[in-house]
Amino acid sequence: MAKKSIEIFVGLFVLLGFLGLVFLALKAANLGSFNSGDTYTLTAYFDNIGGLKVRAPVRSAGVTIGRIASISLDPKRYQAAVRLEIEQGVTFPSDSSARILTSGLLGDQYIGIEAGGQEKTFVAGDVIKQTQSAVVLESLISQFLFSKAADAGSTGAPTPTPTPTTAGPGGAKR
Amino acid sequence: MSGAIERLGGAVLERLRVFGHHATFLVELLRACPVALRRPALVIAQIHAIGNRSLVIILASGLAVGFVLALQMYYALSTYGASQSLGLIVNLSLTRELGPVVTALLFAGRAGTSLTAEIGLMKAGEQLAAMDMMAIDPRSRVLAPRFMAGLVSMPILAILFSAVGILGAYIVAVLLIGVDSGNFWSIMQAGVDVRRDIGNGIIKSIAFGLICTFVALYQGYEAKATPEGVAHATTRTVVVASLGVLIMDFVLTALMFSTP
Repeated sequence: MAKKSIEIFVGLFVLLGFLGLVFLALKAANLGSFNSGDTYTLTAYFDNIGGLKVRAPVRSAGVTIGRIASISLDPKRYQAAVRLEIEQGVTFPSDSSARILTSGLLGDQYIGIEAGGQEKTFVAGDVIKQTQSAVVLESLISQFLFSKAADAGSTGAPTPTPTPTTAGPGGAKR
Repeated sequence: MSGAIERLGGAVLERLRVFGHHATFLVELLRACPVALRRPALVIAQIHAIGNRSLVIILASGLAVGFVLALQMYYALSTYGASQSLGLIVNLSLTRELGPVVTALLFAGRAGTSLTAEIGLMKAGEQLAAMDMMAIDPRSRVLAPRFMAGLVSMPILAILFSAVGILGAYIVAVLLIGVDSGNFWSIMQAGVDVRRDIGNGIIKSIAFGLICTFVALYQGYEAKATPEGVAHATTRTVVVASLGVLIMDFVLTALMFSTP
């Protein structure tokens, strides 16, 4: 009898551990919320992917509809080839565009897909033609400075153009 | 001069001898495991002694750690207006680090010491020698069932520690502080990966279970057959197992989580 009760207690102990694992996997982690079983693959080429990472979400209208399967450099085009795994039930017109966006001010980067107007839809293995790269802060700042400099030049100031451009970055640092 | 060199050489050889002794003991222990599996009742009885009896202290500690983590992290996170991420931070620190490590330290104190004392007293009472006389291998009859029970119990205890800790954090964060319940769970689910975070935590806890049980058995088996010898071995179990767990934790963390 005592031996039986020990076996029952050990069985309960192992069962409790299993329940804890199920709790961790289902309630406290992302298993079950998105299973990669039924997906199809699209490819998009970007000039610059910024800080995009593998397994980052693919969203349309803010809803997560897939994940990034892999990122690699295409050696012929010198562009980043990003493979997207999209849920099977979700289809997009073949002129849809992909953009690299950031969630919040400091959040992670993800790919946003905006639907186009064509009746034909993407099928597995297609390439998304219209893409927009990640916004790189440095190029954004230099664009802003160049346009400032151009404005200063066109208003007819007698100073030669190099002066504002060299003064510009110094001003941005402060 | 030659005396110093002699002492240095002696010390190095002694270290090597101890290391080799540990390694041969582990190999003999592993070799005894399949034999012990033929009598699963022994292993089950040891899981009861090691696992079930440690359950209360593990669950209580897990709950307390979850409470305190939630309170402390809330203080830091609310400075950045990120208190919604409380669940994520508590979950990651528990499943990756605190669950396996704190469970292992408690396990060394709760189960490891009792293993060492039990086996040390068996040796002092010459029970192990008597078994040998009757052609019963004490390794497969006494040591191997305890070793396997430790390997099985430790991951289960670590999982329960993390699970209870997350529930404790939920109680403090959502019920006491008033963090939004939906955000608490959804941000946690978005940020925790089953294989990377929970799976690696379980691998850690298996490694720690091996270290704790092995150290406890070794110290008990090699204890001097006197009351002082057993007392000394029990102390050394806690010290060596805790240090081993912490060093192993650093190595495993560096291997598992060094890349973002």
